[in-house]
Amino acid sequence: MNKCAERLYNGIIKENPTFVLMLGMCPTLAVTTTAVNGVGMGLSTTAVLVFSNLIISALRKIIPDRVRIPAYIVIVASLVTIVQLLLQAFVPSLYKSLGIYIPLIVVNCIILGRAEAYAAKNGVLESAFDGIGMGLGFTVGLTCIAIVREVIGGGAVFGMELIPEDFRITIFGLAPGAFFVLAVLTALQNACKAPSATNGSAPKSALACGGNCMECRGSSCAANHASLEAVRAQAEEKALAAKKAAQAKAAEMKANKKE
Amino acid sequence: MKELILIIVGSALVNNIILSQFQGLCPFLGVSKKVDTSIGMGGAVIFVITLACIATNLVYAFVLVPLHLEYLQTIAFILVIAALVQFVEMFLKKNVPSLYQALGVFLPLITTNCAVLGAALTNVQKGYSFIFSVANGVGTAVGFTIAIVLLASIRESIEDNDIPLNFQGSPIVLVTSGLMAIAFLGFSGLI
Repeated sequence: MNKCAERLYNGIIKENPTFVLMLGMCPTLAVTTTAVNGVGMGLSTTAVLVFSNLIISALRKIIPDRVRIPAYIVIVASLVTIVQLLLQAFVPSLYKSLGIYIPLIVVNCIILGRAEAYAAKNGVLESAFDGIGMGLGFTVGLTCIAIVREVIGGGAVFGMELIPEDFRITIFGLAPGAFFVLAVLTALQNACKAPSATNGSAPKSALACGGNCMECRGSSCAANHASLEAVRAQAEEKALAAKKAAQAKAAEMKANKKE
Repeated sequence: MKELILIIVGSALVNNIILSQFQGLCPFLGVSKKVDTSIGMGGAVIFVITLACIATNLVYAFVLVPLHLEYLQTIAFILVIAALVQFVEMFLKKNVPSLYQALGVFLPLITTNCAVLGAALTNVQKGYSFIFSVANGVGTAVGFTIAIVLLASIRESIEDNDIPLNFQGSPIVLVTSGLMAIAFLGFSGLI
């Protein structure tokens, strides 16, 4: 149980996907025009993340290593389709305002990242709690950004009017405002020396490549792949050596018994 | 003909995929340090999005609709796109090595790029026919290229400027993109 609580703390605070890891920037900027949209997007992503972690960790010993990424993508895409149909049936207004960003949850790097970094190696219960923690962290991040944008741009949040109409800065509700809010956020993180992927002080991931998906492109992406492959080869070699040693030991034991 | 031009202009400038739709932000912020690499990335995106729009449109019209499986579009599209990118990479490596050298490193990055899936899904949502889908894909990709090359040239020229310490790195890039987004808002009266 302690481990589950630690997972929740890790996802919501220590490795918050929005503020610390800076993952999933597309929905972060696109749907944070109103707080309701932010909460809706966050919770939809949470639902997908929890079930994808659950299923992937349950199947982790069955899925062959070589085809794991396509297998993960199929699992995630099926879950996203389910969430999309549920939203369309029960919350049509949210479905309409989130629009194309619901199916785009498939390509949100938080989900594949957690599958690869955590669910593929850990038990079912821990993985589910990891999904809940990361999902809630994402929801909190989206909601905070959305509240700032909606208050400055629209003057109201969750239906409460806070700023009179003459003092609103409409641009914060439009596309450019998203960039400005995120710019100020990262500048504040730099100023406070807060841990964040943008100033290179985010906690290192357990993956051999460093797990910094924001910086993983071009030649560095190739290098990261090489280092991941090297670690995997090493692990395989180790497993093989251990197997051989065990076999030798068993043979020795047999020989001893015969004597 | 007029409608085709309207779709291309609309998807390239008015509803620019990055600056108003926020899709494909990762390569936009990551591969925009130099103009050369950003042109390579733009070329790869034009290539892949156009092919992906053709492939997904054919899959939707000739496989999913006849079988009444429209609700599987997300799964089908992401698999088609992933397979397509792999295939294009192998084909270019073997037959057009010069093009592979220019675009090769960018191709694997594009598989999980939301701009590609986004363009394919937009085509279905708006019910575009085959030709309109391709036009929308080309327009989207051209819009991506315009935005990323512009950002790269701005970043190259502000490299030596005196930027406040806390705004160095990502924040100044985001402020620049925000200003570009304001400029692109000016296109909204175009059509």
